[in-house]
This record gives sequence, structure tokens and C-alpha cells, in this order.
Amino acid sequence: MSEYVIEMLNITKRFPGIIANDDITLQLKQGEIHALLGENGAGKSTLMSVLFGLYQPEAGVIKKDGEVVQINDPNDANHLHIGMVHQHFKLVEIFSVLDNIILGVEQTKNCLLQKKDARRKVMELSAKYNLQVDPDALIEDIGVGMQQRVEIIKMLFRDNDILIFDEPTAVLTPQEIDELMQIMRNFAKEGKSILFITHKLNEIMAVADRVTVLRKGKCVGTLDVADATIDTLAEMMVGRKVSFEVQKSVARAKQAMLTVQNLIVAGKNTGKHKINNVNFIVHSGEIIGIAGIDGNGQTELVHALTGLMPVTKGHIYLGERDITSATVRERNDLHLSHIPEDRHKHGLILDYSLAENLVLKNYYYPKYQRNGFLRFDEIYRHADELIAKYDIRSGQGGATRTRSMSGGNQQKAIVARELDLDPDVMIAVQPTRGLDVGAIEYIHKQIIAARDAGCAVLLISLELDEVMSLSDRILVIHEGEIVADVDAKYATAQELGLYMSGASRQHMTTECEVEVQ
Amino acid sequence: MKKNRGNRSTQGLISISASLLSIAIGLLVGLALLFILNPDHALDGFRKILVTGVLTTEKLAKVLYQAAPLMLCGLSVAFAFKTGLFNIGATGQYTIGAFGALTAGIALQLPWYVALLFAIVCGAVLGAIPGICKALFNVNEVITSIMFNWITMYAVNLAINNMPIMLSNFWAKSTIKDRTASLSVANPSAVLPKANLDVLMNSNYINIGIFIAIGVAIIMWVILQKTVFGYELKACGYNRHASQYAGINAKRNIVLSMGISGALAGLGGGVYYLSGTGQYTLLKALLGMGFNGIPVALLASSNPMGVIFSALFISYIMVGGDALQPHFIKENIDIIISAIIYLSAFALLMKGWISKIFLRNSVDNANAEIAFESEPVDKPAQPGGVGEGILPAADVKKEEEV
Repeated sequence: MSEYVIEMLNITKRFPGIIANDDITLQLKQGEIHALLGENGAGKSTLMSVLFGLYQPEAGVIKKDGEVVQINDPNDANHLHIGMVHQHFKLVEIFSVLDNIILGVEQTKNCLLQKKDARRKVMELSAKYNLQVDPDALIEDIGVGMQQRVEIIKMLFRDNDILIFDEPTAVLTPQEIDELMQIMRNFAKEGKSILFITHKLNEIMAVADRVTVLRKGKCVGTLDVADATIDTLAEMMVGRKVSFEVQKSVARAKQAMLTVQNLIVAGKNTGKHKINNVNFIVHSGEIIGIAGIDGNGQTELVHALTGLMPVTKGHIYLGERDITSATVRERNDLHLSHIPEDRHKHGLILDYSLAENLVLKNYYYPKYQRNGFLRFDEIYRHADELIAKYDIRSGQGGATRTRSMSGGNQQKAIVARELDLDPDVMIAVQPTRGLDVGAIEYIHKQIIAARDAGCAVLLISLELDEVMSLSDRILVIHEGEIVADVDAKYATAQELGLYMSGASRQHMTTECEVEVQ
Repeated sequence: MKKNRGNRSTQGLISISASLLSIAIGLLVGLALLFILNPDHALDGFRKILVTGVLTTEKLAKVLYQAAPLMLCGLSVAFAFKTGLFNIGATGQYTIGAFGALTAGIALQLPWYVALLFAIVCGAVLGAIPGICKALFNVNEVITSIMFNWITMYAVNLAINNMPIMLSNFWAKSTIKDRTASLSVANPSAVLPKANLDVLMNSNYINIGIFIAIGVAIIMWVILQKTVFGYELKACGYNRHASQYAGINAKRNIVLSMGISGALAGLGGGVYYLSGTGQYTLLKALLGMGFNGIPVALLASSNPMGVIFSALFISYIMVGGDALQPHFIKENIDIIISAIIYLSAFALLMKGWISKIFLRNSVDNANAEIAFESEPVDKPAQPGGVGEGILPAADVKKEEEV
């Protein structure tokens, strides 16, 4: 019997244009919690997909209990008792919790589904591991926390003893994260082996026994967490020393720039109110952060503010001007900038060149067109300027196809374009999503510089750390309502977590109305 | 920026070599079909397909004559593709364009340039309808335009049947009631000018239609590459969400793009039926010309300049195919020719493969430190349903890290 339950030896996996995994070795002991650490794009998910049979490696072998195994698809992985909780849950929205758990391993008798035994087993597992679920609730009606518990029970139901958690904490509140950590410890105590994929260092320090660090597709090393510190891990992950502190001066809030008054926004298809009676003001020279768990109305709020979605009721003012029913173009022309949540969906036209993308918001200005004809000389000059000023790296300068640029540089291009519009108000949604630490530092600095130049910044992010370090004031959104308004200086993650989960709320005054009148 | 031309020309090289490779494969399959259908005359037939078009000026005139409407239909489909729409209604727009031109020419006795204007307007209106349905009600333009193909065909039949002045027997002593009057009899001023080319090439078929088509292709290229309007249209085609985010009126652009696309196909119909060599026959099936615009556009990867060449090529093959008689029957010729044409339109698929091979080589050479989070760069630039359908999308696996 080998010391390791799972060994991935010298795994290499290529995609066109990149080597996602380059000679990576990962060994998992029985009963340990093994963290897999790396930045976005380091190859963590690819490696796990190889283990789970979704990809076939070009080189390398996988061993289970010392014997070489061939994993061609997730079913093979399942037979080897390997289970995975994916970052984006794989659940059927309109099925009940129980149906989702038994999906694929249903018991039948005379062609009829037998759920009785399954239900008993689910309830046993739920009680044993303190994983509370309602077996009859539909997935679409339950929160992400419970959805994750369903995914975990799904693995246990299949008697998996090698459990992979892919970025499991991204969607959870601080309290839920603590609970999950406890559950993981219980599993390990029982002899199950856990692979825990993350880029959050404090979680590794809290729960993992060993950690393997990946960087740009290569394995940097494996070490015992007991011997590691957050700083050494960060350095291994990024390849250089990192500062986690965001340097900023005290905000000097001036006049109200963005005023939201009794805003109600109906959901796209359902008509249900996704934003319910929201009031707030962003002053020039301050950063207001909106914290909240994914899916609590952030997208609808942003789309209503930027004109991508109609407002059901209420008002939005830009300075003195009512922009409630203004078009996107009118808002742009009033110097409202928007760093969108999804850079590929909204932020860029990937098949356009970098230069063309850098004028996406103002190509129709007289500077860039004459009698309906684009002035490419000006457009390229503008691109060269922004490339130099914002350090955007691309293969062929302004002519580079945006699709071929790295995510960090794509994001820098968007930030450059939006800041170049000389915004009075900037709505920044997840501005550093999926970026490496260096790019994050840089974009944070730019946002603070914009604030200091008098811009009113509304920051919406799912990363609580980002909201806490950048904001001057923090609003917490829960189920479409602002449930708390706290000074960022005195806010703690625990306090915000309680608001985010809806466990507690402040009594919100409607001061905004008073101030505008 | 001189450097950037390098990137663009690599892309261009891939496009062109993909098109040539597709043509070669199409021809090989055509040859195989010839051998299957009539082995004795296969090689001779193949030679005829390849050279007939340039054997005599008369044949060349026929190639140019047919290429004009084909080019315009190809431009119509290509223009819609560029905006991310699939105009499968080109045949209907072509038909209504023909009807508009003939009504102007025969019933209203107007000169050819006004008749062409009628054709353009009719095509534009018909093309805009699926665009409006898409923009306002989010109805897929493929469904609406297919339905409008049939609606148009029957409506035009009905209209011509009830317009005695349009029919052949109104103008000349004959009993022929199922086709429109010959233009040379009804209104010679409506026939497209021949600019002495008929004497030069010894053919009655040739007229200025081909120059109109080439001119339109150049104008379209300029619009797409150089103007604000083209920038907005392509933005909508490549990424509708991002263009909305940028404040571009996507709905207006969908309607405009479909309208322009329809106008091009309508002009094609006008050009063909105003050449004075054919009469519009009451139809029982949809005209093939509009549909042939699809392979023309695909073979050219929707590039307006490429459409000029792909339309000439396909017209050339068609003329060559006609020379296969009498050793091959008409139906078999159609099969052979359409096999060549449709396989040629696989240029897109080829483009994917070629750029993949190209990329793999460059990876080995450069060890790829670049673009770790970006998607694989070999994703097709071609927007629209057809492109996505033909390409092996499953091969383009993305890393699922956010």
C-alpha cells in the first residue's frame, strides 16, 4: 500500500497557444487536506480537470493507491471514488435537492424510480456531517450556501473518499466559510482525502495540512503549511514580494455626484423586484463600496445605473441631472464611466484591435471621425498614448487583436479607456476579477488616483477584501436592499458577513431624499 | 503602425490559403463524382469544367453575366454575416427585386436606372422586415426570412398573374402567359446598357451589371473598414452586449443591416432580369440565386473583396458545368457543380484547421509565455450562426478559471 491515495506524476497538458500544465506532480496523502494554490490561469483547474477525466494529459500518469489508472471521463473518476465540487455548481435548477443528489445513480425497480432509500441515506449524511439541506426544495429556490451543501452530499452519496473543492469559498459569507472549514476538517478526520483549490492564503493557513503551489503552469513546490507563512506562500505564488496594503489618503468627499433615490428594478424575465427601494449618494472624491454575495441584485443595480436595463421606479441623478431614462450613450456623454463585470461579454469586442477597443466609448467624437469616416491615424495615436500611460502590454501595439491579449492586459485596457473619458462618476464592477496580484495593485492605484482627482467611484465587488481595502464607505446589499451603511475604517469582515447573509440589518434612514430636495 | 500589418497579413494569408484549399478539395470531389457517374467522359468533363469559361469570349461573357447577380447576393449574405445575422432570405429579396425592376420597366415604362432603384427599395423593405422582428420581438431572423421567401414567391406570382400588362402575351402575339414580357419588346430603355461590350465579346449576355456589382463590393468594403457606420455594424456583429454597453443602438443597426442586405439581393434580382436576356417565369420553387449567395459569402469569409473573386469562381464553374452536356444529364451536372460549390464554402472550417496548425508550430517555437488567461486565439472571427455551426466548437476548449 502506497503512502499516497492519489498521485499525479509529471502531468503535462497543452492548449493551443499555452501550456496549461507543465510537468506537474501532485501527491495526496490519505486523510490530509491538501491545498492547491495559484493565481488565476496558473493551471489549477486544468490539473483538476485532468484528474476528473475531463481532459487527457499529453504526458504523465495518475496513480491510485500506487497503481496506474486511466481516467477517461468523470464516470471513471467516480468509480475511483473521486468527487468534485465545481466552482460553478453543476445542478439542475428545476429539480429538487434529492433528485439532483441521485441524478446518475438512481435506483429503479421495474423501471420505476425508487427514492425511499436514497432519501434515508441523504438524511443520514446530512445529520452526520451537519450539512443542512431540504431534500424537497428546488435548487432555484435555495441559496448558494445550501447549493454547495447539496454538491457536497452528492459526493458523499456516491461514497467518494477523495474530495476536490474548486474555489469553494468564493460564493460564501465569512460565517459560511468557517462552517465549511469545519466540515472539511471532519472529513479529513474520518480518513477522507481533500484537495482544496484556492488563491486565498488565509484559508490555506487555517485549514490545510500541505500545500502545492503552481505558477504559470509550472509546479513551484509542495510544503507543509506548518512551515509556511502567508508571505512565503504569496511570494511562491506570484514570484515576487507582494504588498497587500492599499495605500490611500483620507477621502475628501465634496458634492453629491451620483444620487440614487427609491430605486426599484424588476428582473429581466420574472418581473420580480431585484432592486428594492434603494437609496444612496456617492460624492465626488470618495469611493463607495457595495459588498454582497453574488446574485443579490448587484448586476441589476449596475445595469440600471448605466442604462443597460430599464428602471421600474425611482430616480437616478448624475450631479443635478435626472438620468433615470437616459440612454447609455447620453450617460457616457455626461461622463459616467463603467468598468463592467464581465470584460469579455461587455467590456471588449475581442475581435477588434486594441486601438479600436480603446475608442469603443468615443469613436464618434469629432477627434476620431470626419464626415462619418474613422480617422485611424488619430485612433492609433490615442492607442499608443494609453498603452504607454497605462502600461498595457500587447504583441503588436494598438493593432493587436484583443482576443490574443492576457486577461490582465485586457482589463488594463478597459480601465485605461474608462479613465481616459475623464469621468465624473465611475462604476467599477469587479475591477480586478481574475487578475494577478501585480495587475490588482496597479488597478487599485488607478482607481484611488481617480478618486483623488475628484471622481465619484462606486465599487461593486464580490471580494470582500477588495471592498474593505478600497472603499471609504461600505454599503451592504442583500436581496436587492441596502441593509447596512458602515464606515470602511471601522468595518470588520465578521460584521459585514452578518449583513451580507441577511442575519442582521441596520435601520436605514431615507436621508437621501432629504438631501436632494 | 507598420508592425500591425504583419498580423493582419498573416490572418489574410490564412484566409486565402483556406479558400484555395477548399476549392481544391471541392474540385477533387467533383472529379470523383464525374468518375462515378460516367467514367468514360470523366476526365474530359473535368477539363471542360476547368477551361470552358475562358475558351471563348462568348463563354467569358456568360461567366461575367452570371457573376453579377451572384456577387450581389453574396455581398448581401456577407453583409448580414458581418453584423452577426444570417440572411437566408436573399432569395426572397432577389425575387422581389426582380419584380420591382420588371414592374418599373414594363408596367411603368421607366428607364433601367430607375428600375434598379425600384429593385433596391423592394429588396430593402423585404429585408428590413426580419430585421424589425428581430430587433423588436427577438424573433430569429432565419425563421422569418425563410417564411418570407415563400410569401414573396407566391405574392409575386399572384401579382404578375393579375397584371396583364406584365405578361408576354400583352406585348406580342403569343399564348405564353406564364412569363413576363421580353424587355426588348416592352421597353428597350429598361435594358441594362451593354457599353459596346456585346460587340467586343460577341455575346448578347454581357452588360454593365458586373461593373455595378464590383462597384458595390468596393463601396461595401469602404463602409465596413473605414466608416463609423461600419465600425458600429461590425461591433454589433462581433459582440452585441459590448456594443450595447458602448451605447451603440443595436436594434437600429439590426434593422439597417438587414435592410441593406436585402437591398443588395434586390439589386441582384434587378441586374439579372434587366439584362434583357431572360424573362421572369412564374415560379413553383424558390430561385437558387439567392441561396448560392451563401457559399459565395462563405468562400470569401464574408470579405467584400473576396466576394468578387468567389462569385466569379462559382459562376465560372457553373458555365463549365453547362458544357458537360450531353455526356452528363442536367440533374447530374447540378449535383457535381453543387458539390464543388458547397465544399468550396468549407473555407471557414479550413481556416480553423490552418490557424490551429499554424499556432501549434508557433507554440513549439516560442514556448508561449503569453496570454495565460486569454482564450485560445484560434477561435473563428466569423460571427453568426453558420460560422458557429460549421466550426468544430468542441475543439476550442477553454480553461474554466475565473
